[in-house]
Amino acid sequence: MSSSMKKLHSLYTDKSGKGKLLAAPYVFWSAFFIIIPLCMILYYGVTDKTGAFTLQNITAIASIGHARAFWRSLLLSVVSTVICFLLAYPLAMILSGMKEKKHNFIILIFILPMWMNFLLRTLAWQTLLEKTGVINGILSFFKLPSLRIINTPYAIVLGMVYNFLPFMVLPLYNALSKIDENVINAAKDLGANKIQTFFRVIMPLSIPGIISGVTMVFVPALTTFVISTLLGGSKVLLIGNVIEQEFTQASNWHLGSGLSIVLMIFIILNMIVSALLDKED
Amino acid sequence: MKKLLPVCLGAALCLLGGCGSDTSNENIVIVYNWGEYVDPDTLAMFEEETGIEVVYDEFETNETMYPKIENGAAEYDVVCPSDYMISKMIQNDLLLELDFSHIPNAKSNIGSQYWDQSRTFDPENKYSVPYCWGTVGILYNKTMVDEPLTSWAQLWDEKYTDEILMQDSVRDAFMVAEKMYGYSMNTTDPDELQRAMNALIAQKPIVQAYVVDQVRDKMIGGEAAIGVIYSGEAIYTQYENADLEYVIPSEGTNVWIDSWVILKDAPHKENAEKFIDFMCREDIALKNFEYITYSTPNEAAKALIEDDEIRNSPIAFPDLTQYDNLESYTYLGEEADEVYNELWKEIKSY
Repeated sequence: MSSSMKKLHSLYTDKSGKGKLLAAPYVFWSAFFIIIPLCMILYYGVTDKTGAFTLQNITAIASIGHARAFWRSLLLSVVSTVICFLLAYPLAMILSGMKEKKHNFIILIFILPMWMNFLLRTLAWQTLLEKTGVINGILSFFKLPSLRIINTPYAIVLGMVYNFLPFMVLPLYNALSKIDENVINAAKDLGANKIQTFFRVIMPLSIPGIISGVTMVFVPALTTFVISTLLGGSKVLLIGNVIEQEFTQASNWHLGSGLSIVLMIFIILNMIVSALLDKED
Repeated sequence: MKKLLPVCLGAALCLLGGCGSDTSNENIVIVYNWGEYVDPDTLAMFEEETGIEVVYDEFETNETMYPKIENGAAEYDVVCPSDYMISKMIQNDLLLELDFSHIPNAKSNIGSQYWDQSRTFDPENKYSVPYCWGTVGILYNKTMVDEPLTSWAQLWDEKYTDEILMQDSVRDAFMVAEKMYGYSMNTTDPDELQRAMNALIAQKPIVQAYVVDQVRDKMIGGEAAIGVIYSGEAIYTQYENADLEYVIPSEGTNVWIDSWVILKDAPHKENAEKFIDFMCREDIALKNFEYITYSTPNEAAKALIEDDEIRNSPIAFPDLTQYDNLESYTYLGEEADEVYNELWKEIKSY
């Protein structure tokens, strides 16, 4: 470590409190762009148009239209998360077993689409999946039955998996590549077969990666409104769409904030469960 | 804590508000218009002739435009809302009384019948200048259906499953069901609304998608056989795909006007007047008509249209006297708006 780095390091960990200066930009950022907006959502969520206290905006989640949209969102995001996990885990295992040069290239290919705008990629799926779209053009050329999933929940799940898969792969890969090979060799020495090694050694050691991967897929999938609008033809209403429309069309910020609070509660629950799982190990 | 929270919020808002730059001293005009609703050349011509820079922004439906104006989320000078939305904006005191001596082209070029029609939402013709007008109808692809379409009720026919595009805006969607039952499109009767909602829910499985601007491209590309569309789009789509046919359904439909208005707290009022006056000039109105193909209320521009077929087109300039069941939307008030929104959400979530 160079001397200047040492200085920086000591400044950062200085117990007298001087090191806190370095955290100032982040504290400022989180206060103004995270804490205060959150307070505003809470404030709007528990008041009505006259400013009086009410819980109606939160209990509104139970009304039939909202509840349907909410359960549908929950279902689609859980399905997407499971599919992402099943696709990503084997890939991450293969990657972590590869030589550095090779896996860097594959990871690059994996991340490459993310350099393009998320909206454009989703719009591209629309063009691909349409009735007269690219995929159906190819299928009909080979006289195969056409694919009819555009404007259905299946297209939305496809869009979610496609867009969020890298967020599952990267943390899993990270966790798996950190596992010491000696631990696996020890398991083998002690007579564990491949399946036992996987379930009793590799899998438990990768739990931190699983947790962050699941969270990073589940949370955006639960709250998305763009994917459902573009690939669902506005026919499949998710809770994200309801909230978006309360702000942009109905101009009812109170209801929109109330429903956002309900979503946040679910996301926090998801994090608590993850944290508990993490502790157990 | 009770007192602290509003103070904190206030401070944050002030800070965020203070960050926005003050544009009132710049020589610009900020226009908020429908998507693809002007020939970009005319904006360049305006900039060249007047030296005023046009800052241009677009919206997709009246409903998405209104909250931005109401909350002052962005400062605009000129906006182009539809009839019922103008009425709502007048009631909520968002619009500026126009000084027509600064907009001479408006009175001289816009036909008198359009001023009369404007009185339904702007009773004294004080706030708005008509820009485009039209009807809402059915556009269908003659090669994809085996009978001519004449009625809204045919949009419930199961043989068109997955071939129908509905409008993704609450008033236009409800209008279709309300007119099918012979109700007024401005009804607030709970039973009538309930019946209209049930009809739209029943229709949902055979609807391909709810769209706004995309209906045009999807119809041209043959992605769907039938679409609910504004008459102005119909002419353009027919240029692109000759198989398309536009009809005003027999049960009647909506006649609408989109008009220029200036916002009460517009930072560049004089430039806004100049902009509206420019848009009313006959050569500019003609250029816009040829580009966006929405019917123009500008009689002087209509006289300049060279192609007889277009000038006498029943789609661009229908003779409204031959229909006795046309209606315009009116603003229904906040409560009814909420009822409509709730029912629409129920349909969409189904």
